[in-house]
Amino acid sequence: MAIMNIREAIVSTLHAEMERDSDIILLGEDVVGGNGTAGGPEAIGGIWGTSPGLWKKFGPERVIDTPISESAIIGAAAGAALSGKRPVAELMFADFVGVSLDQIWNQMAKFRYMFGGKTKCPAVVRLVYGAGMQTAAQHSQSVYAMLTAMPGLKVVLPTTPADAKGLLTEALRGDDPVMFFEHKTLYGVKGEVPEGDHRQRFGEARVVREGGDVTVVACGRMVNFSEKAADAVAKDGIGIDLLDLRTTSPLDEDAILESVEQTGRLVVVDESPPRCSLAADIAAMVTERAFTSLKAPPAMVTAPHSPIPFARNLERAWVPSPQKIEEAVRRVLAFR
Amino acid sequence: MQLNRDELLGAYRRMKTIREFEERLHEEIKTGEIGGFTHLYAGQEAVAVGICDQLTVDDKIVSTHRGHGHCIAKGCDVKGMMKEIYGRAGGLCKGRAGSMHIADLEVGMLGANGIVGGGAPQAVGAAIAARIDGKGRVGVTFSGDGACNQGTTFEAMNLAVVTKVPAIFVFENNHYSEHTGDAYAVGTSKDIASRAEGFGMKAWRANGCDFFETYAAFTELLEYVRAGNGPAAIELDTERYYGHFEGDPQRYRGKGELDRIRAERDCLKAFRARVTGAALLTDADLDAVDAEVLALIEEAVAEARADEQPDPATVADDVYVEYY
Ligand SMILES: Cc1ncc(C[n+]2csc(CCOP(=O)(O)OP(=O)(O)O)c2C)c(N)n1
Ligand SMILES: [Mg+2]
Repeated sequence: MAIMNIREAIVSTLHAEMERDSDIILLGEDVVGGNGTAGGPEAIGGIWGTSPGLWKKFGPERVIDTPISESAIIGAAAGAALSGKRPVAELMFADFVGVSLDQIWNQMAKFRYMFGGKTKCPAVVRLVYGAGMQTAAQHSQSVYAMLTAMPGLKVVLPTTPADAKGLLTEALRGDDPVMFFEHKTLYGVKGEVPEGDHRQRFGEARVVREGGDVTVVACGRMVNFSEKAADAVAKDGIGIDLLDLRTTSPLDEDAILESVEQTGRLVVVDESPPRCSLAADIAAMVTERAFTSLKAPPAMVTAPHSPIPFARNLERAWVPSPQKIEEAVRRVLAFR
Repeated sequence: MQLNRDELLGAYRRMKTIREFEERLHEEIKTGEIGGFTHLYAGQEAVAVGICDQLTVDDKIVSTHRGHGHCIAKGCDVKGMMKEIYGRAGGLCKGRAGSMHIADLEVGMLGANGIVGGGAPQAVGAAIAARIDGKGRVGVTFSGDGACNQGTTFEAMNLAVVTKVPAIFVFENNHYSEHTGDAYAVGTSKDIASRAEGFGMKAWRANGCDFFETYAAFTELLEYVRAGNGPAAIELDTERYYGHFEGDPQRYRGKGELDRIRAERDCLKAFRARVTGAALLTDADLDAVDAEVLALIEEAVAEARADEQPDPATVADDVYVEYY
């Protein structure tokens, strides 16, 4: 086991996988950085520091700095994937899905189905997402629910360095398009990472805690916030089953249902507005499939139905907080 | 071009205001009080002012993530902007926008934009509206050497050409999109204006660090567009004095590059030399403006600091005009 943070886990996995498989290519804005400047290529290595050393090691044919052209980045990834390569395309901010949506949604996601199962599109899109840095309405969104709703895409959200490695490796070795979400506030999260080959299967939730009283389902940064809420209620002897989904498509329905069948109480935490959200999706699934086990209505802890504001205190008010999660836990427990 | 004394003083004041606004923000950001991304416009003042000084309040501009200069040049309230950047209730957008999304529709400033390339089509829309309104107004979009590579920019240029609307595409080439040089990312041998020509538009080129050259080129362009000849473009060669965003280590810069561009390509210094050399204004005239501008910025920062934070209960207000 090595100790590293999520950023380092991503970088080392990209290095290892690109070494292992010469079909893997990387493209995105400033993934090299410094091209066409006095400082020279790799003056930067990605604004999030997630691609240093790759250009030097694998060269400009496999590590491609792109102009600001998200439709072309994703479209080129789609075409390269249809042509036998395994592209990793980086969207510097997940919000730029808005610019490139056609290539993700109408193209990449649907090739296999439309073409009668005759092709595959093994592309990985890395998306940097999430609020918490006051990056306001167009640089903070968690657009995973929208992509989860699109048949043909797999959607992955690591919250630990081990999972960052395991899930990215799985994405790079699988044959379907994968939306790989990296929360901008989690890059520095440290943890143990297994050495050598480490693959984490999709659709297997991580059991963060077993407490038995209330099931809390979360993904991304909301897992960390839910842990804080779990600590807070633990002082009153309340035990939380905390599930980190790891992937929202496929979804580990069994893990959620098994836990709710034990606890009878569900809180779903989602860093996005409530309508047509992941929280709503899971609450509906549980209500339909485990209705008789429920002792209280499922609670959704989400952001309000609004874009993300800039001001520090407004952004804090927007993001679901550990306190709001704690309140929801107490509310479902108090329900009679 | 004959600018009278008041026009010259006004242009200088606006350029200086932009410069000092940005120089001060560069310092204030180090205190940690200002969050998010702040992209400073220092170095490019002659572009914003050379262009916006010739527009009326009813002409519309659409800006970029590097929008402070466009805002000030178009007449946004400097104190309201500062409050906005501090995330205060009294900000131009109630603290919801921050640096990256400042807008003031009352002065025809349709918004800074966090999405590179997001604005160009909107200027075409403003031009469509302007033509219908029939008062000779125009829609202006500012785009960088990075934004000129975005599909939306191409689509907007072609739409403007085929509809012959009074849209103006201003390309500010500061030679970098984030950390990547225009020599790498712009395919047309660094000549952005040629792209506009390729779409069938008339295009001008000027030194964007020279107020008078920028102003004169834009005078011609504006006359052409206001006369109903359809859209036009202008490429300005300019410089950004700071990093892409505040906190950028700028490892892509050449040795001595920042000192060189400050020494050789400073629109304020060039302006002063020109107007004093021609005895249009005196150093004392300009020094007086400098002092007033510095005092204004000082007040703006003090008032922003003292202003209240927005009420968290308002976080989901203003999403719709009406929701039922
Ligand atoms: C659609 C989109 N892609 C990428 C970014 C990230 N980004 C912000 S500014 C910028 C560079 C813009 O370069 P340019 O258009 O030359 O403007 P400048 O920063 O030089 O003023 C990039 C890549 C963004 N905000 N929006
Ligand atoms: Mg630029």
